[in-house]
Amino acid sequence: MAKTFEEINEKIRNGTVVVATAEEIIDIVEEKGIKEAARQVDVVTTATFGPMCSSGAFINFGHSDPPIRMCKIWLNDVPAYGGLAAVDTYIGATELSETRGMEYGGAHVIQDLVDGKKVRLVAKSYGTDCYPRLEIDTYITLEDLNQAYLFNPRNVYQNYSAATNTSSKVMDTYMGTLLPQCGNVTYSTSGELSPLLNDPELRTIGIGTRIFLAGAQGYIAWEGTQFVLNKEKIDEDTTMYSGATLAVIGNLKEMNSRYLRAASFNRYGTTMFVGIGIPIPVVDEEMMEFLAVSNKDLYTNVVDYSVPSRSRPTLRKVSYEELRSGSIELNGKKVQTAPLSSLRRAREIANLLKESIQKGEFLLQQPVQPLPKERTFNPLKDMVVK
Amino acid sequence: MKKIKLILYFPPERTDKPFTYHLVKDYDVIFNILQAEIQPGKRGRLTIELEGTEENIQRALEFTREYGIEYRPFNKNIVRNQGECIDCGACTAVCPSDALHMNTETWKLNFDEKKCLVCELCIRACPVKAIDVNMFE
Ligand code: SF4
Ligand code: SF4
Repeated sequence: MAKTFEEINEKIRNGTVVVATAEEIIDIVEEKGIKEAARQVDVVTTATFGPMCSSGAFINFGHSDPPIRMCKIWLNDVPAYGGLAAVDTYIGATELSETRGMEYGGAHVIQDLVDGKKVRLVAKSYGTDCYPRLEIDTYITLEDLNQAYLFNPRNVYQNYSAATNTSSKVMDTYMGTLLPQCGNVTYSTSGELSPLLNDPELRTIGIGTRIFLAGAQGYIAWEGTQFVLNKEKIDEDTTMYSGATLAVIGNLKEMNSRYLRAASFNRYGTTMFVGIGIPIPVVDEEMMEFLAVSNKDLYTNVVDYSVPSRSRPTLRKVSYEELRSGSIELNGKKVQTAPLSSLRRAREIANLLKESIQKGEFLLQQPVQPLPKERTFNPLKDMVVK
Repeated sequence: MKKIKLILYFPPERTDKPFTYHLVKDYDVIFNILQAEIQPGKRGRLTIELEGTEENIQRALEFTREYGIEYRPFNKNIVRNQGECIDCGACTAVCPSDALHMNTETWKLNFDEKKCLVCELCIRACPVKAIDVNMFE
């Protein structure tokens, strides 16, 4: 028994499609078994809502009169990239305000735009024969922009290490506040609801896949930066997957800040919580076996963030079931755990996506090209430049 | 009836036992320990809540001073902006008293104000600035 994307889309169009979230499917499989569940359920929705630093937006402002070739650009005092055509820019989530520091950054500019607020645009130019204007200082809103689309080079991490700190000092990191002497462990995942843990071999997710992106219908544009496919055996039946990432794209004008939230981690900087939902077609029984995975079979590494090295030591492997329990054991000590990504809002997204598929508003898009199966992760060589 | 929160500072030679006994017995106040840091030979710190009539609380405070215990009112509380909160859980990583904790069914943040020590660690830890401290009289 195999289903094609087209067969499932036909069911979506005629309203007979059966959809479950990746959490619901666990119980369904438990009750009915893989075979029957695969026969009955057509689509499983997955989602995540976590901080994703590699996020940002392309914007086209339109031309002023007289026109300017913007070379240096600020949006609400946050520098935006000036190395594109005259009135194109890219604003990155982690770029900090030159006047407000870590409190406000590119992520906040993007959220303000999505919320319909006015954003101050300042740009400077050296002036050219075709673009004589040297300066502009004005306000923009999302509505006025010709194009504004989110393009996030690395989102939806398949799996991410949990963080702890063995040093004697508090550490403020992008994994939250890490208390000294392994005072806590933080983790960032939606686990059994997470997109790339439900299709770990990327059988159905690829370039062109239509996704829920912060309230809009967006697409997977490419492999994410630093993409690798790591597989590690935990035991006979359990494999730890990690490393896959996605580059995603979608229209900012259709987004909702409930699913796109600017954030600022203390003494680290700004980032953006991005809400992403990915529908996974139950193409065959093997797919259903992947989708039935639950937190007790999903593992990650607990990594010591106090070691200032690229390859930080792993203290142990831990299942998401244990992390979700509120504490884990570390060197014989009970340590409290805290999540950083919002499972509650990820569930909301998985349910929204489920509803829009049921209502026939969201059709599946078969990938136009699969994501790579082989990739290595190259470090940056540090050469002495005289 | 009135309710106040106080931080009491005990000199090293004093312990809280006889003192709290008198407070409750002689002044008819309800006494709740919110946080205790008392170690033998060291200055101790006790965060408490007192509940009683206005008059009894006044008398209890006089007794406290005469007993040689310094105190100051605990006039801050932590407020969470529910509309801003995204239920991420980052604040629960630092909360020493479990006042902030995740409901493990709904994964919604719970804030149990009674347990809060107003240490303010959660304010810095919240990535969307949904927690603030409120000063009052
Ligand atoms: S102030 Fe301290 S005790 Fe109170 S909720 Fe925040 S972290 Fe917890
Ligand atoms: S850190 Fe802030 S947003 Fe996250 S759960 Fe706590 S209060 Fe809510």
